[in-house]
Amino acid sequence: MAWLHTWTGLLVGWLLLLIFMAGTASYYREEISRWMRPELPRNTVSNEVAAERAIAFLQHKAPQAESWNVTLPDPRNPAMRMFWRNPESMVKPPAEGEKRRRRGGGRFGDATVDPGTGEEVAARETRGGDFFYRLHFDLHYIPVYWARYLVGFCAMFMLVAIITGVITHKKIFKDFFTFRKDKGLRSWLDFHNVSAVMALPYHAMITYTGIVTLMFMYLPWGVNVAYPKDEDAFFSEAFARLADIDTPSEGRAAAVPIQQLLDAARAEWKGAQVGGFTLYHPGAANAVIDIQQRDGKRLSVDTPSLRFNAVTGALMEASPRSGGATQTRGVMYGLHLARFADWGLRALFFVSGLIGCVMVASGVVLWAVKERPKHAKSGKIGFGLRLVDALNIGAVAGLPIAFAAYFWGNRLLPVQMAERSDAEVNVFFYAWGAALLAAFLWPKRLMWAWQLYLGAAMFLLIPVINALTTHAHLGVTLRTGDWVLAGFDLMMLAFGAVLAYCALRMQRWQPALSAAEKKKRQVAAAAAAKAQESAPVEANA
Amino acid sequence: MDSTPDASWFSRFGSFFARPWLGVLSRSLAAIFGGYALAATCAMFFAVALPIARGQAVLTGMLVAIVLCACAALWAFATRTALRAWVGILIPTALFWVGTELLRAGA
Repeated sequence: MAWLHTWTGLLVGWLLLLIFMAGTASYYREEISRWMRPELPRNTVSNEVAAERAIAFLQHKAPQAESWNVTLPDPRNPAMRMFWRNPESMVKPPAEGEKRRRRGGGRFGDATVDPGTGEEVAARETRGGDFFYRLHFDLHYIPVYWARYLVGFCAMFMLVAIITGVITHKKIFKDFFTFRKDKGLRSWLDFHNVSAVMALPYHAMITYTGIVTLMFMYLPWGVNVAYPKDEDAFFSEAFARLADIDTPSEGRAAAVPIQQLLDAARAEWKGAQVGGFTLYHPGAANAVIDIQQRDGKRLSVDTPSLRFNAVTGALMEASPRSGGATQTRGVMYGLHLARFADWGLRALFFVSGLIGCVMVASGVVLWAVKERPKHAKSGKIGFGLRLVDALNIGAVAGLPIAFAAYFWGNRLLPVQMAERSDAEVNVFFYAWGAALLAAFLWPKRLMWAWQLYLGAAMFLLIPVINALTTHAHLGVTLRTGDWVLAGFDLMMLAFGAVLAYCALRMQRWQPALSAAEKKKRQVAAAAAAKAQESAPVEANA
Repeated sequence: MDSTPDASWFSRFGSFFARPWLGVLSRSLAAIFGGYALAATCAMFFAVALPIARGQAVLTGMLVAIVLCACAALWAFATRTALRAWVGILIPTALFWVGTELLRAGA
């Protein structure tokens, strides 16, 4: 079992580290997005006003659309996201040489609107925290399907590694309280154990629920058997969805004020908040509106919704109670996304995620530390160890550089640049590629120290660059009590400090001596001392 | 009749299959492909066999199959021989498959 644990861990370790780091960052997806759009004002308007402005914006921007979808602002996200579906007749074929992929064949339009003004936000173009969220399971540059299968494969390996890791540990309780400092291999092993055991329930939960989030893709067989040739029936049956929407009628009618509909929904839910709404056939006489509850207080990711007649304001349908398995899946999914977490619980999730990163990183390093004496004996570093060394440096020390570079890119690329959000993502991968290349050219201990120092410097400089390029820096945010933005900058300083400490340790590290070597040195030192003692005598003579 | 060449061929053949890395490869394939086959057939069987609403049965099957897939990988490496690894995974897979087909034919 120890053997299986070692190899399953090593094989997928580097990709797992990327997945873990991106996933951990995704807990603060909204906060990262806010930091990366410093132009965005802090939201101060009520949901009703925001919804009214959203409707006004869409009436002007997309009057022909078949449906409008609006996500209302919440304390974590001050901007309103919205998209709309254009009728088929309005879709233009993609222009010649158009570089950007158009999602949904160009049928969807989208906008981010400032609820304070009702205008499209005048913020820099960025993918913000959404990049990390997508990177976590879609990776980048490769087709989404391949990426998800690859990530699922890694997750399955991880699940096996967790179970075998527990089995390997006969003394799991005793090991938990063991840390042998400055003992080379032993210290790495203890470190790996502590980081794994401390957050073991979290690791097991996050790996299993991670597979659950994509299980319809990984295991479509049950659906195929129970619903031959009718996959949609499964989704509408299993997820207790609202009925399909009728086609739009010819007649036109004005909708009731959105405020009235939101009030009706809140009354129906006994005070629960509204997260967003979808309005079908805006302007038509048979317009309907689905109002979704805000997720945030429930474990499950499936949020209830209500359907109203948008012209009369009458309640038409409430989403039925879903079955046990659906609720189980919803809770699993919800646990993985942790949208329900308030700031304390979110911080705990984040720390557990970081511990997961440390566990994976120390695991792959442990392999190399264990392997090195065998190579040292033969006097030459073999290809396998060199490869692992290079990948370890490039992943463990290189990925922090890439993350920091992404934030640098956000502040330093010209604000009006074309395809700016793609350029930011490229900065991430250029930085990572450079770190990997350097690691492959010279996979030595000092390379560890250099890359860690570089990462530390880049993180420590983020608040400085922020202060030089924006008006949302620590000097302002601390004073006004904007803890999201201030917290981001302070977190960057903390990461920089930790990386600098790691770099210092790596630079000063001396290889542990074997007992024979120690004895040899002691004898040599004693002989030297003796020679020194006798030297003055000779001089006197 | 001298049987030496035959015997040596046979023993070489035998020793080739006794190589540890082949056992590891075989177990790995059993864990990855056998494990997935087991999960897939388990999901199918639960979808048609559980006496609950169809959609709920499908979901239950998926949730259980994920755990079963991990257990199959464990079994593949925990058991004594590579042959046992395959047998221990393929027999339940076959049972799930047959059960699914029978229930579908009966439905």
